[in-house]
Amino acid sequence: MTEIKLIEIGEEIHSDNKKTAADVRSILTKSGTFLLNLMASPGAGKTSLIMNTLSGLSNQTRALVIEADIDSLVDAEKIVQAGARAVQIHTGGFCHVNAGMIMKTVHSLNIDEIDLLILENVGNLICPAQVDTGAHANAMILSVPEGDDKPLKYPLMFRSCEVLVVNKIDYLKMEDFDMEKLKDRVWKLNPDMKIFELSCKTGEGLDPWVGWLRNRIRL
Amino acid sequence: MHELSVTGDIFQIVLRYVALHRVDKVLSIHLEIGELSDLEEEWIQHYFDKISKGSAAEGAVLKVHKIPCVFYCEQCGAEFEAELSSVDMIMCPSCTSRKCRMVRGDEYTVKSMEVL
Repeated sequence: MTEIKLIEIGEEIHSDNKKTAADVRSILTKSGTFLLNLMASPGAGKTSLIMNTLSGLSNQTRALVIEADIDSLVDAEKIVQAGARAVQIHTGGFCHVNAGMIMKTVHSLNIDEIDLLILENVGNLICPAQVDTGAHANAMILSVPEGDDKPLKYPLMFRSCEVLVVNKIDYLKMEDFDMEKLKDRVWKLNPDMKIFELSCKTGEGLDPWVGWLRNRIRL
Repeated sequence: MHELSVTGDIFQIVLRYVALHRVDKVLSIHLEIGELSDLEEEWIQHYFDKISKGSAAEGAVLKVHKIPCVFYCEQCGAEFEAELSSVDMIMCPSCTSRKCRMVRGDEYTVKSMEVL
């Protein structure tokens, strides 16, 4: 009779992606290029924040935006119309960007002439949180109309970012949104999270965020 | 939503160990998934059944073991489990400090497999 055997594996599911992500990070670090991975729900204001951030940074920061979408060029076109540089990657039905996609993009760019890459990830709070893109920093946007309960629903996203931008604070008066409650919930998951409250529409609160990013790039 | 790509990764890991240990048939695969990682067991199984057809892993049952969130208190060194979906503060039950760090709960691992 054949015997049933137990084979110990103990391997992380995304280990291949982790290796590629580490390679992406090291290539970019060598060329002095900072990669920011920006994640949020659809409509939270990723494209608006990117456009505001680019105009807030000095012209000395040579930036390029990597737009990731399942399909369409809408966001990349918006960025280019605003006078910034953008490339579009299509994830082909994938709900997130992985390190392999970024590696391909990095190879197609002259990264020695880029100081900052901003990746606009696919609009989704679940999958992107689990996949290392090779970014130096993960940031997320939560917009006020989405509600202060999102850390309870998408805890991993709040765990995997070092900075949270709370966008659309101009809606605070209209919404049942408790900023202190949100912060408590976020810091419970991630005590080191930096939180910036701003409005891309009115421009309020943008400067501290841009300042943080400017310093972070230099590290 | 991302179950398909995750299942592909699981299958690749399993195939590697199948070749390494010259396995004839995989009976079950044990996964350790942290409480914070969203994965639908039903869908992983569904996709796995499809992509493993014709391999030694065809028909294998995937078993998900959920790992609860465990926190470490930086003040007194105590470790304790906590349910994150509750709205209460995370606080050390021994010394009431709030300087606590999550040390378990985001695992995403293929732990072992039973084979013939």
